[in-house]
Amino acid sequence: MTWKWPSFQRTGPLLGLLLIAVILTILEPRFLTVSNLFNLIRQVSINAIIAFGMTFVILTGGIDLSVGSILAFVGAVVAGLLAADVNLFVAIIIGIVLGALSGLLNGILVAKGRLAPFIVTLATMTIFRGLTLAYTEGRPITGLPAHFRLIGTGEIAGVPLPIVLTALFFLLFYLVLNHTIFGRRVYTIGGNEEAARLSGMNTDRIKMLVYMISGVTAAISAIILTARLNSAQPTAGLTFELDAIAAVVLGGTSLSGGYGTLGGTLVGALMIGVLNNGLNMLNVPSFYQQVVKGLVILIAVLLDRRKSNK
Amino acid sequence: MSAPLLHMQGIDKSFSGIKVLDDVSFELLPGEIHALMGENGAGKSTLMKILTGIYMRDHGTIRLQGEPVDMSHPLQAQQLGISMIHQELNLIPNLSIAENIYFGREAFATDYGWFKQKKLQKAARDVLNRLDLDLDPAMRVDALSVGEQQMVEIAKSLSLETRILIMDEPTTALTEKESERLFRVMRDLSRQGVGIIYISHRMEEIFNMCDRVTVMRDGKTIGTRHLKETTMDELVRMMVGRNVTERYPKQRYVQEEVLFEVKNLSRDRSYQNISFSLKKGEVLGIAGLMGAGRTELVRGIFGADKNDSGEMFLHGKPVHIRSPEDAIRHGIGFVTEDRKNQGLILTFSVKDNIALANLDKISKRGFLVQSKELQLASSMIDMLRIQVRTPRQLVKTLSGGNQQKVVLAKWLAMNPKMFILDEPTRGVDIGAKVEIYQLINKLAQQGVGIILISSELPELIGLSDRILVLREGRLVGELKQQEADQETIMMLATGGKE
Repeated sequence: MTWKWPSFQRTGPLLGLLLIAVILTILEPRFLTVSNLFNLIRQVSINAIIAFGMTFVILTGGIDLSVGSILAFVGAVVAGLLAADVNLFVAIIIGIVLGALSGLLNGILVAKGRLAPFIVTLATMTIFRGLTLAYTEGRPITGLPAHFRLIGTGEIAGVPLPIVLTALFFLLFYLVLNHTIFGRRVYTIGGNEEAARLSGMNTDRIKMLVYMISGVTAAISAIILTARLNSAQPTAGLTFELDAIAAVVLGGTSLSGGYGTLGGTLVGALMIGVLNNGLNMLNVPSFYQQVVKGLVILIAVLLDRRKSNK
Repeated sequence: MSAPLLHMQGIDKSFSGIKVLDDVSFELLPGEIHALMGENGAGKSTLMKILTGIYMRDHGTIRLQGEPVDMSHPLQAQQLGISMIHQELNLIPNLSIAENIYFGREAFATDYGWFKQKKLQKAARDVLNRLDLDLDPAMRVDALSVGEQQMVEIAKSLSLETRILIMDEPTTALTEKESERLFRVMRDLSRQGVGIIYISHRMEEIFNMCDRVTVMRDGKTIGTRHLKETTMDELVRMMVGRNVTERYPKQRYVQEEVLFEVKNLSRDRSYQNISFSLKKGEVLGIAGLMGAGRTELVRGIFGADKNDSGEMFLHGKPVHIRSPEDAIRHGIGFVTEDRKNQGLILTFSVKDNIALANLDKISKRGFLVQSKELQLASSMIDMLRIQVRTPRQLVKTLSGGNQQKVVLAKWLAMNPKMFILDEPTRGVDIGAKVEIYQLINKLAQQGVGIILISSELPELIGLSDRILVLREGRLVGELKQQEADQETIMMLATGGKE
């Protein structure tokens, strides 16, 4: 009954998350409190939103290493605009368009330039980081208007705004990925690009769009992060691309594309968040936290491999 | 007459119960150039794989200069001086000529454990000199032309003290000049006593170069002839056999109206100046040997690859097809020869594969409508009688025949006006084959124009209203169904006669 195991593969990451949560609750009962969980998800929101975009890219068989740098770049530009008294909504829209254009640049180089996504985004990662450092002259941008901070710290009916935004974007991207022609094409390209092209799909356009989506999610995260910190840091988002990729992989998405779910990515992002949060509460030194996180990723991938080989 | 260098006798080989070689015999004399001919699938490659130790024979003996050998491993073949030059060259592009020639055997070129490039290159130069080749052994292989790369392969086999050299279609990718040099080298080798087995479809070359020819068909040896005592006609007859009047349920539905026309379609070295027209309800067959440009041509028509020049007309109006997307918009469907890599998404379900070329049909304003998708899949599954438990079954779990039906379903669901079928029955069981034949007839009856490529000549002749023959990228003949028989087609395809 080979066609039944996808459902098992789908529940695997969720079971892993629950297992980790149960262990942490036993070791430290304070883990399972509403305030701690809200805190945890708020921390997760930035990585989760970037990882949603990354899921699209990885499903086509690509990778986007530039998201952390795009985040820093957009954050700096938006903060710069706000510090210059530009209207809040205008600044946000400029930020999102900037993210989209940055992603489009990646997409054009990958699709039209026929370059390896790893190389392209490695290069643009450096370029966007450099642009950020040049724009900020290496210093944080502060002095942001108070109402902008609300995006990072505000609440709707007692739920922190970043959590509401994460939920909204999850629903939006879930719909796009599972219920639109575009989403189906994303999976098809990752499954077999040549067959997709011969079935009449404009594979170049789809690839450009997924990198744009990735750029947009990086921009959204940039706005939330900048609002929460009340400043734009030139070094913001360092290694965020790795956390996002880790979340996608932990969620069971295949790095060669064609298979994976957005729900899996959300679970993967939560898993990383739970580990961070739990290990902190248990007072595990931060150096060892990294070791534990790495081990969890390895175990997850090994389990996934065992399942696929069946 | 000297003792045979090689004598293979009574060779049998089966794969999962299907006999692919049946009592095959083959003999090679020292210094002889011996051609091996036969249609695709006649068993030539299998026989050569047995000779080079890649497959183990089920029965039969192999003797080298009278001595029986078991030939159970490729390494043994190499040690006994048998080497093969494949159609796809096996060189490592980023290494030098010298490194390639002595790949895996570099140990001799060391001093106290330190590797000496100079020593390696000197040895390589000696081998190249024997071939009268003026190439720098330090040069990287990817800087060479295909012809030069082939020479490096020959040099490599020479350095192995080769007594038997097998060459599989060596001139396919060569220019005329390069072929000439290859022939010169072959004659030299033959004077040095090396026996050469020469696999080719090209009559002229065989008559010019070879001493004897052995023809295989359907896994059997049909016969061996001295080329001085035979004719092209006889060889073609031996290759295709006489008893080939298989029954195909052919009916004619050709209409008067021209559906599609190409004029002077050309692309690089793949095909040149191709012009033809296709009527509604017509089945137009395209024949040709491997590498004749059949697949390349239909890919060009479908927009999968770019054409260099030429025009296309649909219903008399010029059309520009630059991508498969364009072709599909114009109502053209294309079943590719490579089902697994170009036709299907193996990680997808049957339903999702059928939907691939029909996403517009099953959606509303960009959103997929589940019920429409299931309905489309179910109707196609019923129509083509695809054996599945559920439309959600993964396509990779199906048999070859059912997978092919899924590919056909994907294209039929878009209601093509014109349908290109490239080897539609390859790797398909006989039951599914007949169903595909019936489907082709049914489509023709509905007025669909069909371009059919098949390497199985009886099938092609049985199904087509008209057959175009391609050789080396050129249109060399057009046969009406009444005039088409295997001999005529093979003559045209091999260049036996124009």
